[in-house]
Amino acid sequence: MKRVVITGAGSINALGFTVDETLEAMREGRCGIGELEFRDVERLAIRIGGQVKGYEPEESFNRQQLSLYDRFTQFTLIAAREAIGQSGLTFTGELAARSGVVLGNSGGGMTTLDDNYRTVYEDGKNRVHPFVVPKLMNNAAAGHVSMEFNLKGPSFTVSTACASSNHAMAQAFQLVHGGASPVMITGGSESMLCFGGVKAWEGLRVMSKDACRPFSANRNGMVQGEGAGVFVFEELEHAKKRGAEILAEVAGFAMSSDASDIVMASKQGAARAIQGALEGAGLGPGDVGYINAHGTGTAANDKTESAAVADVFGAHADRLLISSTKSMHGHLIGATGAVEFLACIMAVRDGIVAPTIGYEEPDPECALDVVPNVAREADVKVALSNAFAFGGLNAVLALRQFS
Amino acid sequence: MDVKPRVIQIIAEQAVLETSDVTLESTLDDLGIDSLGLVESIFAIEEAFDISIPFKANEPEASDFDISSVATIVVGIEKLISEQS
Repeated sequence: MKRVVITGAGSINALGFTVDETLEAMREGRCGIGELEFRDVERLAIRIGGQVKGYEPEESFNRQQLSLYDRFTQFTLIAAREAIGQSGLTFTGELAARSGVVLGNSGGGMTTLDDNYRTVYEDGKNRVHPFVVPKLMNNAAAGHVSMEFNLKGPSFTVSTACASSNHAMAQAFQLVHGGASPVMITGGSESMLCFGGVKAWEGLRVMSKDACRPFSANRNGMVQGEGAGVFVFEELEHAKKRGAEILAEVAGFAMSSDASDIVMASKQGAARAIQGALEGAGLGPGDVGYINAHGTGTAANDKTESAAVADVFGAHADRLLISSTKSMHGHLIGATGAVEFLACIMAVRDGIVAPTIGYEEPDPECALDVVPNVAREADVKVALSNAFAFGGLNAVLALRQFS
Repeated sequence: MDVKPRVIQIIAEQAVLETSDVTLESTLDDLGIDSLGLVESIFAIEEAFDISIPFKANEPEASDFDISSVATIVVGIEKLISEQS
């Protein structure tokens, strides 16, 4: 089996327009969550989110591209350009034929849906723009990445709500690990911050009106975010041969399903995914220095996740660091695992663990070292990234320091 | 509304050309407008003149709307405006 390394990373999210900006914000414990700005926001009860602000689409795309690219596709392409640019790869011949793109996404082109439902329902018009379908489909972003970079191998989109990106990266890992593809572009994107997108989440009554405070006793719900994270997964020997800079090694992963409830997370399902990732990567519990938690900031998730970590790691649970960066960039739903993977890279490559900000009161049911409010230096050899989705569909990735 | 200049404006915008580059004799092919550009142009024309164009994207030749040049498009639109008003 082939070893899989990361040779490029790109992102745009509420913390920054690049990976460097995002990691700087994470190091400083900066919060990207603020007042939402879009049409009809005054009709929402929830008016905060990790929105990408100050973004000018015209600086990255021409008019014809913008007529075809929903916001989630734009975010994907911006992140993909950064990641592939960093990797130094160009795709031609045999490499192009075998390389592809697997992305996570949950809502598809929500802004496009929202705008066009307004057109036909609210404005009563009977004609919509001809590109509504190619803009809103979940696989539009993957398709456009394949076109822009000439990726002609296996490409598809994975949709498992809040675990979409982790499931996608697991698929990309498998394709490289098993030798089917020398390089896979992977990660995920999401843009649900529009009236309909937030209104739907409001209905569940799990959203916070003021802040995302994972693991804090006074936490009161999740906060949505938007953006994309994209990575270049490359076969180790392929990367070495061309002298590529290696950011980290993807050591393994596991997926599990709770098979119990459509929204309530299960401790057993989460624990099986975490345990499975260790086994898949050939690691023991004591190897793990950092976990990027799913940590949504809801009462239920954080308690269940803490219990699952305690079960899997035993005494080592008190020594490892665990943080939820959702406190800074919000919950990016289908993109969240991808943006959070950056915190894992920072931990194993730079030895800096991103904090859980907004932490105010310890919760005895979340009695782990959640790196409250301030980033910490630590020599982390292995980091895990947890994602536990609605549907009870879980995926955990293991990232190893490359040396 | 004067049909010809408005159509030329829409087509030029779609082709990313100056309006002076678009003549009545131009074909969409000459102007580099592909199939997606064509359906977007049809949409823009429908919006501009509030008409419905009987255009089938998967069978353009079978449509009762001649798109072989800017001139035939203008004629087709004028006919639809008089019929649908």
